[in-house]
Amino acid sequence: MSVELRGKPFDPWQVLQAYQNAKPELAGKFGATSIFVGTMRDFNDGNDVQAMTLEHYPAMTQKHLEAISSEAEQRWDLLDTLIIHRYGDIQPNDPIVLLAVWSAHRSESFPACRYLIEELKTRAPFWKQETTGTNSRWVEHNTLG
Amino acid sequence: MSITVKFFASLRETIGKSDASLDADNITTAADVWQIATDNHNPISNMLIAINMEYASLDETVKDGDEVAFFPPVTGG
Repeated sequence: MSVELRGKPFDPWQVLQAYQNAKPELAGKFGATSIFVGTMRDFNDGNDVQAMTLEHYPAMTQKHLEAISSEAEQRWDLLDTLIIHRYGDIQPNDPIVLLAVWSAHRSESFPACRYLIEELKTRAPFWKQETTGTNSRWVEHNTLG
Repeated sequence: MSITVKFFASLRETIGKSDASLDADNITTAADVWQIATDNHNPISNMLIAINMEYASLDETVKDGDEVAFFPPVTGG
């Protein structure tokens, strides 16, 4: 299990490749890898969005993302999980979150990956503030999945 | 009793500060922390509360040394 909060942009595909390469113990054991990448849109609630700032409560965020990962590992037969989430200033098309779940079979990895993102969105203390034109506004609710 | 208080996101802007340190004997619950730290501001609708980084309710008891945070619904991911 790995949880990481990053203040700078990252390439989820390079990170994923590097993470998996650094885990030789997974080789030959996993038959399924389920991945979710959340990316910033340039529109929301009917407005163009130029930029976003993602605020968080650092220690609580880390604690709850680790708890969510542990819960997934208890509910499904998983080999490993990875969560990387941005904070700070974010631009449209920047990845916000990378989730990856490794398991022997897809029947374990798919629901576990879905669990991670849905629990993250309701429990991890992050808050989005969008820049729309000359104004900024706090995002008050998650979009429907 | 000593309590560390944190406010985040839109609540921080509404209250006008990001944190506070309380040192008072008349604190029993998170609601007491809110009243003292905000100078009796009305609680914000949909406000979430965490005591020592675990979700809690306003009527939950606090103890000396606790960190109590108030923030709006979360919007990560």
